[in-house]
Amino acid sequence: MLIRYLSQIGKYFLMLKEIFNKQTKWPVMKNLILKEIDDLIIDSLGIVCFISFFIGGVVAIQTALNLTNPLIPKYLIGFATRQSVVLEFAPTFISVIMAGKMGSYITSSIGTMRVTEQIDALEVMGVNSVNYLVFPKIIALLMYPFVIGISMFLGIFGGWMACAYGGFSTGADFIMGAQKDFIPFHITYAFIKTLIFAMLLATIPSFHGYYMKGGALEVGKASTTSFVWTSVCIILFNYILTQLLLG
Amino acid sequence: MIEVKNIEKSFGDSKVLKGVSTVFETGKTNLIIGQSGSGKTVLLKTLLGIHTPDSGTIEFDGRVYSDLDKDEKRDLRTEIGMVFQGSALFDSMTVEENVAFPLKMFTNNNKAQIKERVDFVLERVNLIDAHKKLPSEISGGMQKRVAIARAIVNNPKYLFCDEPNSGLDPNTSTLIDNLIQEITKEYNITTVINTHDMNSVMEIGENIVFLKKGLKAWQGTKEEIFTTDNEAVVKFVYSSNLFKKVREAYLKG
Repeated sequence: MLIRYLSQIGKYFLMLKEIFNKQTKWPVMKNLILKEIDDLIIDSLGIVCFISFFIGGVVAIQTALNLTNPLIPKYLIGFATRQSVVLEFAPTFISVIMAGKMGSYITSSIGTMRVTEQIDALEVMGVNSVNYLVFPKIIALLMYPFVIGISMFLGIFGGWMACAYGGFSTGADFIMGAQKDFIPFHITYAFIKTLIFAMLLATIPSFHGYYMKGGALEVGKASTTSFVWTSVCIILFNYILTQLLLG
Repeated sequence: MIEVKNIEKSFGDSKVLKGVSTVFETGKTNLIIGQSGSGKTVLLKTLLGIHTPDSGTIEFDGRVYSDLDKDEKRDLRTEIGMVFQGSALFDSMTVEENVAFPLKMFTNNNKAQIKERVDFVLERVNLIDAHKKLPSEISGGMQKRVAIARAIVNNPKYLFCDEPNSGLDPNTSTLIDNLIQEITKEYNITTVINTHDMNSVMEIGENIVFLKKGLKAWQGTKEEIFTTDNEAVVKFVYSSNLFKKVREAYLKG
């Protein structure tokens, strides 16, 4: 079992190396990158905005409901919402959700190409199929921090709306809290994490799709496995990066 | 010309190819036939470089495939056209984008030159009105013709076809066979076809390799297949009453 895992990890790193061998011609690659930006980034904005806004609101309400001590200032709601959203919710939990959304899309699309011999067709033509399929996804996901930036803004905005219109505190208190003791490095930390997660989101589902064997049923299984492993890796890297950057 | 010398290939404990040697000649339709599990597909995929043989060599006009480095292998593959069993068309691309794909990837032709070439090959395979359609919007026979057009668009020296007639009606099947043979002659290509279809054997079999249990059991032409007394070939080719009668008629003259 351990040997199988180690062999899979080795295969994954060999695939990463292969991505940068024999590049696809730029005019073709340019179109692939634009298509991937549309499929992976633009198409994810709707769900990210929706989740961020409402989870930000829930974080604010939960914080407000737990601040029962009258000595604790109300602006703490804004402070806690900002810290939760910027440090963890936007970069990590949106990435786990994206492991399901983008990850299953990537695995199933590449897996279907494997099943229907389209990847064999690329290889037989002399195309570096790993570069052709995975490299545009990596470049497209360099835009992933923008998605997380939007998520951060909407999360805090959702918290403000919930607080101000739910009667938990005034809008001014929330904004004061959101600005209190702001450490700019926290944003840097969040975006460093986001970029690492973007690489995991592009490559782990691609790996599971590219090396899958079997038919339509196995495409579904590969999507599930890819979601599990991408999530596990995101959570592990989250821990390691937090320890390294903030510990 | 493709020369295969003593190719062996195993998957785990199962030895699929047990030392196959043969020659696929240029300008001829070379057919690989045999029962399911005889090693036809493995042989074809080994020729294509999808499988690596355990031993033996494959020479493409004197170039030993295993001696080439990675880039040289990729360059050689640009000389290969392949028609897959399921056509393997890129389903996100239209018919003309599928056919233009090898040109965009491997030539420096401008848009007008690519369009001219694509129009030419689509017309050559009798597909005139399907340029803007997606593979899912055309029939199986049309998909096969698009796959052939894509395979020949870059003027390949070698054309491989895996079960080109599977899932097609007899009429379309004959059309595809004739098209492949015409293209082989017209462009002097080395064509290798993996088939189960006995009609194809009788129609276009200029050099037939019969595999049995991973070994070459017989090799000859479509004329010789009528007269051979090789028991395995006779049992396989003339398993249906129709072909038995065709053979009897041929032998009676």
